[in-house]
Amino acid sequence: MSGQVEAPALREAAGRPRRAVRFSRRQLEPYALLAPAAIFMTLFFAWPAVQTLLIAFQKANGSWTLDNFGAMARDTDFRLALRNTLLVLVLIIPIETTIALLMAVLAQSRLFGRDVMLYIWSIPLAVSDLAAGLVWFSIFTSHGYLNSVLQDLHLIAHPVGFLDYNNLGGLVTAIVLAEVWRSMSLVMVIIMSGIQAIPPELDEAAESLGAGAWQRFWKVTLPLLKPTLQVALILRTTTAFQVFGVVLALAGSALPVLAVKSESWVTEYRNYQLAATYAILILVLSSLSTVGYLLFLRTPREVFQR
Amino acid sequence: MLLLILACGGTPAPSGGATASTQTDVGKVEFLSSQGQAVNEAEGMRKQVLAGFNGTTDFNTSLTGAQMVPKLLAEHQASKVDIDLVGDIHGDMVPLQAAGALQDLTPLLEKLQKDRKFNSQLVAYGKMGTQKQYYIPWLQATYMMVVNKKALQYLPKGADVSGLTYDQLAQWGENMLKGTGEKKIGIPAATGSRGGLLSRFLQGYVYPSYTGGEVTGFKSPEAVQAWQMVKRLWAVTNPQSTNYGFMQEPLQSGEVWVAWDHQARLIDALKNLPDQFQAVPAPSGPKGLGFMSVVAGLAIPVGAPNQKGAEALIDYLTRPDKQKKTTAVVGFFPVLSDVSVSGKDAPPGVGVEAEAAIKQTNAKKALPALLPVGLGAKDGEFSKTYFDTFTRIALHNEDIQTVLSDEAKLLQALLDTAKAHCWPPDPPSTGTCQVK
Repeated sequence: MSGQVEAPALREAAGRPRRAVRFSRRQLEPYALLAPAAIFMTLFFAWPAVQTLLIAFQKANGSWTLDNFGAMARDTDFRLALRNTLLVLVLIIPIETTIALLMAVLAQSRLFGRDVMLYIWSIPLAVSDLAAGLVWFSIFTSHGYLNSVLQDLHLIAHPVGFLDYNNLGGLVTAIVLAEVWRSMSLVMVIIMSGIQAIPPELDEAAESLGAGAWQRFWKVTLPLLKPTLQVALILRTTTAFQVFGVVLALAGSALPVLAVKSESWVTEYRNYQLAATYAILILVLSSLSTVGYLLFLRTPREVFQR
Repeated sequence: MLLLILACGGTPAPSGGATASTQTDVGKVEFLSSQGQAVNEAEGMRKQVLAGFNGTTDFNTSLTGAQMVPKLLAEHQASKVDIDLVGDIHGDMVPLQAAGALQDLTPLLEKLQKDRKFNSQLVAYGKMGTQKQYYIPWLQATYMMVVNKKALQYLPKGADVSGLTYDQLAQWGENMLKGTGEKKIGIPAATGSRGGLLSRFLQGYVYPSYTGGEVTGFKSPEAVQAWQMVKRLWAVTNPQSTNYGFMQEPLQSGEVWVAWDHQARLIDALKNLPDQFQAVPAPSGPKGLGFMSVVAGLAIPVGAPNQKGAEALIDYLTRPDKQKKTTAVVGFFPVLSDVSVSGKDAPPGVGVEAEAAIKQTNAKKALPALLPVGLGAKDGEFSKTYFDTFTRIALHNEDIQTVLSDEAKLLQALLDTAKAHCWPPDPPSTGTCQVK
């Protein structure tokens, strides 16, 4: 069928060169619109990323080597940094996704004060990670707000060292709280857009068939949200592997993580090879997690065909 | 003997030098500085120090020393230099000089020396082991302790706060813990871009005080003794110290009562609460009172677009009156031996620090240590070795001797790569410096 339509169209195009030009210009339009972003990404993202990849396999004099990976594995606190990064990540992602899901569902409902709620929830979106870390530092530090309140209420005699170097629980809790607070609104925005894309008829149909609110959420909304959740999870997991400012502000050197290690190798120790090696490790871990999400949260094609 | 010479009681020299050649506008000078980064310091530099310069200055403090060096090296390699004047510490000048990125300023120094007295030791640093002058001294500083007066009641019996030993410091911390229930000593042990200067405390203070040097005795029995003291001290040090970059902050909040740091990272406490804090020299150990000096210099990159302007700005910044102003603004000491910063008309905080620094320098067993020399790009990793040693021994509680043997190998590898000779207070070496 389509071949019959195409053949005369092609003949026509060949006979009239001007139309052919207009046709290809229209074809090019999307590329022209994408070009600025593509050039920007190539220059400032892809090119430095390729350079980083190359540096990780080079010695300081430019010769090729695999030594940097051994040096990274032997680096003091490398294992701790890897463990801490994963620990913080497995705590942050489920907590913030659950809260964000709840927030998105609440925001969709017609509750009183919904607009004010949305406004307040989006405040952390505008706060940088280091600033967020410093805000939470002023709360948790031993002469900070939390200790002052607890002391004023005579609940404690001496300040509690929430951020002491040997208080792993305190440090991790503070970091997870700060990071969840900072980024849950981002996840909420993504999920909200996903919920809005679900046709309301499906929900109404389920309701008329006698499904309760919980059943509708569990059986209708959540399965249809899977592609959106996949996007949110990929985005947040890759950024959680890079957790940096919050850790730097709250824990300093007490809780090494991969991104802080990488930064230290650049700014303090000036060994760009090792800094690049850490960066590549973060890249590999993020890529693996992305592949994992793509495989495990795969949405069957028929969902989209309905 | 290397002495940080802090002139006291000198008469203020007349402002304006004979070399202040012209009053004609020398144009715009791009001045990239790692010093004066705090917003109020940069603002003070622009409004109080640079305002009278007969040209315009773009005083740019957006980069730290560690970020400046690669930028300047890249500009040098590409032969596209857009910086006229560099203000940075000695350690950062080393890789720049090694790459041939700095001009020989010997003629300029000779011209300036006609009407101002530079501290000769600082001038010698600026030669960087050569016969040429690669930077003109600009500012100098040291590290010391600042003490909250509330802590004085807990001083060990018979101890003089201005002449403490490390054992007395640890004892003091133990007394404060007993008396207040809190660990009131603080050290700057944060890492990364908010990093503290703990490695300088170990290299320039603890090691010389216990082993007589920074490097050669790294794993000696004396070093083991030093680390036993560090462990004892750490047991009474605020466990949030791993988060401290600048000690003036926890001092002012009251989290910490006794702290060691760079003078410029302590000065706010002395400026803001002069009645509550006092500055005292660092403690001493069995081998003496090890201490370190920091020198910041002014250098002109090879190929600087406004050569004349840069030279005029160096002349301007090293005039006695401008030195005194700069001192007040950034909390360092002047580099001219006839400019006084102590006494009645001293800028707030600086005078108190100057007095402590003079006591430190003039202590009977003073043992001046240099910032690492000749390590070039390996300077950062050199400091990391000390920081990692601390992490393993104090934080992870690993066996002292094992850690010292491990880290000594890394230290030696760095010295070998850089082919660095020993520097004071370690005895001079004929070849690469060796950890014994």
